[in-house]
Parts: sequence; structure tokens; C-alpha cells
Amino acid sequence: MTRSVAATRGIAWRLLGTATAVLFVASACSSSSATPSPAVTQPAASQPAASQPAGASPAASAAASQAIDTTTPMTLNVLLMQQAAYSASDIKAMDDAFTKAYPNITINPELVSYDSLHDKIVTAQVGGSGKYDVVLMDTPWPAELVTANIVSDITSKVPADFTSGVFDSAWTAAKYNGKVYGVPWINDTKFFFYNTDMFAKAGIATAPKTWDEVEADAKLIKATGVKYPITASWKQAEAVICDWTQLAAAFGGSDFVDASGKALFNQGGGLAALTFMKKLIDEGLVDPASLSQTEDDVNSVMSAGQSAMALNWTYGLSVMNDPTKSKVAGKMKVAPSPGEGSVTTSGVNGGMSLAVTTTTKHPNEALAYALFLASESSQEMDVANALPMWKASFDNTNVTKGNPDLFAAAKIQFAGLVARPVVPYYTKLSNALQDAIQQTLLGKKTPQQALDDVAAQLPTFQQ
Amino acid sequence: MAVGTLRRAPLKRSKPWPETWVAAAFVAPAALVIFLVVVVPLARAAWMSLFDIELTRPGVEPFVGLGNYLTQLTSAGFWDSVFKALFFTVVTTVLELSLGVGLAMLMDQPMRLRWVLRSLVILPWALPTIVNALMWRWIDNATYGSLNALLTQVGALHDYVPWLSQDTTAMWMVIIADVWKMTPFCAILILAGLQGIDRELFEAARVDGAGTVAIFRRIILPLLTPIILIVLVLRTMEAFKVFDIIWIMTGGGPASSTQTVAIYAYRTAYQGYDFGQGAALGYLIAIAIMLLAAVYLWLLRRTGTTTS
Repeated sequence: MTRSVAATRGIAWRLLGTATAVLFVASACSSSSATPSPAVTQPAASQPAASQPAGASPAASAAASQAIDTTTPMTLNVLLMQQAAYSASDIKAMDDAFTKAYPNITINPELVSYDSLHDKIVTAQVGGSGKYDVVLMDTPWPAELVTANIVSDITSKVPADFTSGVFDSAWTAAKYNGKVYGVPWINDTKFFFYNTDMFAKAGIATAPKTWDEVEADAKLIKATGVKYPITASWKQAEAVICDWTQLAAAFGGSDFVDASGKALFNQGGGLAALTFMKKLIDEGLVDPASLSQTEDDVNSVMSAGQSAMALNWTYGLSVMNDPTKSKVAGKMKVAPSPGEGSVTTSGVNGGMSLAVTTTTKHPNEALAYALFLASESSQEMDVANALPMWKASFDNTNVTKGNPDLFAAAKIQFAGLVARPVVPYYTKLSNALQDAIQQTLLGKKTPQQALDDVAAQLPTFQQ
Repeated sequence: MAVGTLRRAPLKRSKPWPETWVAAAFVAPAALVIFLVVVVPLARAAWMSLFDIELTRPGVEPFVGLGNYLTQLTSAGFWDSVFKALFFTVVTTVLELSLGVGLAMLMDQPMRLRWVLRSLVILPWALPTIVNALMWRWIDNATYGSLNALLTQVGALHDYVPWLSQDTTAMWMVIIADVWKMTPFCAILILAGLQGIDRELFEAARVDGAGTVAIFRRIILPLLTPIILIVLVLRTMEAFKVFDIIWIMTGGGPASSTQTVAIYAYRTAYQGYDFGQGAALGYLIAIAIMLLAAVYLWLLRRTGTTTS
């Protein structure tokens, strides 16, 4: 799908006008250094073996390399995230392996924090130069980015081994209305991390299995002198929505809205989760500083030995157990996120996918790059920061042996991840919910009142 | 010696351009750039603000006239963010100006190593805003921030305070960070004004028996009024549309307690994809700033008339 010139220009003007003081200099192409020499394209079968991407599965290569230009020098501009999941060095290693397989392609990665990622995609692709060829897309964004014509439909180009080999939950971050708009790259959820020393000191032998047990354990730990046994990423940002969604699922609520678009988040699990969060704050069990913390801050607090337990993404465990960064290295363990009642565990879907933009001049090469990064062997290069999304990796002891507890917890949680709603108005809804949750946690509104207020705004968002 | 009789044919001189034409030619490139990057986007924004434009609804852009403006002017979220911006503007401007006058007076005193003091004072202003904001975010961190450590060690606090996590303190923390950075800017401008005052006026006043306070009130302050008004105009305009320092320190939270009007506009346009409303908000902010500036400029003109 290619955006028409007129449409692109029209949308670009809109953003230009909105910014008023900002001029986005339109560049004709995506920083490509392509020379005028005629492109030589080769089907996968005719490529020399040496040029096959090391580590990419044959099926992936076959699908991606339909008409991949292997001679014309070009640059792919890639927008990724530097926060959770893969580190900058992980990504560089993957990029190096890709450029070794395709020497004519230079990768120009740009890593931004998660909180900047969405807005960066919108400003650059809609109103700016549209310079990115590949962008990282979070689970709730496909609907928005598809309707804004930012990402391409790649349904027919997805290799069969990806369809069958990747966890179903990872595809949530890539699909909208039954079509595929991204290559799943990160399959993540929030795990329960706890400090074994603090647990032992309080006489607790095992990780809690329910949130009631979390509350009881936190009280025991507090009695040992730990001021705030629980720390959390409840800043007015997407982080608080992820935690609340995970808790809501544990308390029996899995959907934000029903099929007709009516609010469900202000009743059942959503309401119970927010009530429980407020209770933990009121009891002095959750650090009140959590209201300005993101996941990185949670890692810092846990690493400083200030709190005993927290929810965080996969990468949290390696950070908290890193002796160069953590005072409690070696004492941090992971367990499946607690459930409640009949729910044994829950997990928010933190999957992210690599999407090929509609503005790219190199759609085949961009897709090949995305498939390469998501290939089984690329994902198994480093499983400390991000778990692979390939089911087979979980049965490969060479992969799991470094952290069997984490893989065990992930296997349980990945089976039933809960997604935030994939709807075009998601960001508006999320912003309103972030505010409502914080209004509750600060005691300015009751949980019911705060969530009802957002529910009342829902029709406006849906217009 | 006889002088040759060769005579140069008179050069045919073209008629010189009128001065205004030359001036226009020099100004033209800059004017063209300004036209393209300021006037055109402004005009485009004005046009867009009259339509209901949402990126997630391509192709459907009904004309709504002043509907976007009315929607915002009747929105509780808009007014809440305006009041927060006004609070931030008034408090930071008053503090920065007061401290700036004090600092300027201090830097104007004859003393050894005065240049060291002046260099040190300007350092906060020299820091990029993003660095300043990140630095203060660390200072204010509840668990390992130096502010809590200092206050508990001197006995002012018994327990750590989550400064940026409470709606009652977050705005004040942002204000402190802004005042720390922008006070030097005010001080330097006022110092320039101070140095333009004839010292003989002070001596004459002293001979007449005026004390320090009287000299400040009767001589320095009136003569500084024009520069103070200019500082007020600049700081008010900047403070009302504050975005970066707040965005980095708090992201507008907790519970939107630091969500000023610029952050509200950003969220509406770039996170809500609502460009029609975003454009209207941009114009409402611009109009508010122009009104504030107009008041100051009127005061400035009146002061100029009075002093002349």
C-alpha cells in the first residue's frame, strides 16, 4: 500500500500548520544513498549462499527476499526503543549480522525511550519527512497507525514458519482487522520480581500466588523495617495502564470495552484492580513515589534494595541482578505474576512488532530486515533482556538454561496475555485512564467515580 | 610637461537603484524564509482550525467554523490547563524577576573577582533545558534524590517526600527548576540596565541624604522600569507556553497537576491525532500571549512617555 502524493502532502500540511513554529523539511527519500546504477534484484533461490542472512530461517528469507535489491547501496532508517527489551548492543549485533548478509544495505537505527516512540512515529511519518522505513509498534497502536496510513499491510508476505512458530500473543501487536501490519519482534509481559533476602528475613519461603498473598507478605516485610515493600511504575504514562491492565485481568476483567464499544473497564476486574491499587497505597505498602516512576525507576529502586517486590518487563531481572548496577544482584528472583480467586496468573500483552512504513522506498528490504531481526536465531542471541517469541525456543534447553525460572514463568503467562484494546482511539482512552487512575491514587476521586468519568467520555473518543 | 590630450569617453552610468529597492533586495531572502516558515504555517493553522481534522479519520474533514474554538473554550480540561499555565507564569516570573534584580544589584557592586561571580551566575542559563530538567528530576527523586538527603540530614524532614509524585508539590518542583535556570537571564538583562544608569545620580542623592533603600526606590527602580517590562514580556511569553521542562520532569502528572496549556495542546494534536482542535489550541495560546504582551507594551509605552 503506497500513500498517494496528494494525501501525503495534505497531511504534512496539517501537521506543519499545527506546529506553527516548526518546519519539517521534507526530504524526497528516506536518507537513501542509492546510486543511479540500475538495481539488481535476485530471488532468494538465485542468491549465493554467502549472501543469505545468517540466522534467518529459510522460509523467512524466501518470503522476504522477493525482489530484494542486493547491489544498490541503500540505507534503512529504523525507529526502535531503548528502554525495555533488547539493548542497544543487542540491536547493533543484529544489525551487523544483517549487513553482513546484505552488504549493500546500511542500517541507521534510532533508539528513543518508549514514551517518545508513539509521538515520534506520528510526527516523523505524518508531518515530517517520512524518513523511517521500519518503526517499532506497540500492541495497541496498529489500529491508529493503520487508519492514519502510516504502516503497510504485509499479510501476504508473512512466511509460513512465522505464522505457526510464533506465540499467538505476539501476533496481537501486529494485527488489525485480521490483517498483518507488523512482524512480531518482542513478546513480553510483566513478571513478578522479588528480593529473596527480604522475603527470608520476613519468614516467607515462597513467592505469593495471589494478590491477597502479596498484600499479606508486604505487611510482613514492612514489619521487618522495609518502609515500602512494593514499588511500581504508576507514572501518568502508559506504564500505569500496563500494570492496571495486568491487575484487572487477575481480578477477572480482560476487556476494556465490549463489542459495541461500551465501557467495561469501570466495573468488575478493572474497578477491583484500581480499588486494590489504592488500598496498597493507603496501607503504606506501595511506595507513593511510584506515581512518578516508570519501569526504569522501578529497576533503580529495586536495585538499591529499597523495596522487596515489583512488576516489571523481562529486562528488569537482568538489570536487578547485574552486579555492576545493583546492590541486590543475585538475590532477585522471578515468579509468574499473581492471580486472584479462580485466575491463577495474568499478564498484560507487552508485545511489539516491526512495521514497514508506507513511505519507505525499499519495502522489500525493510521487510527483510524486520524478518531478520525477528528470526528465531536472532532472537536467541540474547535472552537475558527479551524472551524469544518462538515457541520452539522455550523447549530448547540451550536457550532456557541461562534462566529457567524466567522461561517457566513466561511459558505460563504467555499462554493467556491480555491485550489493551486495539482501537483507533486508544491513545485518547489511555491518556484519560492514566489521569483517572492517578486521581484515584492521590485520593481526589473514588475508583468508581474516576473510571465512570472516563466511561462518560468514551463516546467522544469514538466519534 | 604637456598633458596628453586623450580624453576618456564618459562612462554611461546606469541610474542607481533607489535605496528602498536595495534594502528590499537585501531583506528579500530573509523575508522569503520567514514567509515560508512562519506566515504560511500560521495561515495554514488558521485554516485548519476551522475544520474537524482527525488523522484516524482520513478523508472526512467537515468545516466546523469556530466549532473547535468553542469546544475548547467550553472544555474543563482546557481551562484547567490554562490556569495551571497562568499559575506557573505568575509565580516563575515574579520569582525570577525579584531574584534577578537582587542578583544584578549584587553583581553590580565593585568587588574583587566580580567576573567569577558573573560567570557562575550565568551557568544555569547556559545549560540546555533538557539537561536542567533531567538534573532536577534526579535531585527531586524520592528515594535517591539529593534534596531529600539534604533536608533529612539537616533535620528539616523526618521522612523522604515524593516531591514529583504529589499533586501538591510537583508544580512547585517544576517552578524551582525553571527559576533556577531562568533567573540568570533576568539578572543579566537587568545588570545591563543598571550599568546604563549614571552613577552621579547616586552620589547626588547621597549628598541630599538619601539612604540605600530610597536610592533603590526613587532612582534605580524607576530607571529600570523599561528593562523590567521587557524582561516581563519575554518571560511571560516563554513561561505561558512552557513545555519542555515540565514534559521531562513530570510528563504533566501526577493526575495532570502539571499539565499546562502547551502540554494539553500537544496531547490533543499529537497523541489524540486531533489536528483541528490542536490548531485551534495553538491559536488560543498565541492570542493569550499576544494579549499579555499587549498589556506590557502599553505599560512600556506609557512609562516611556512618562520618563521622557
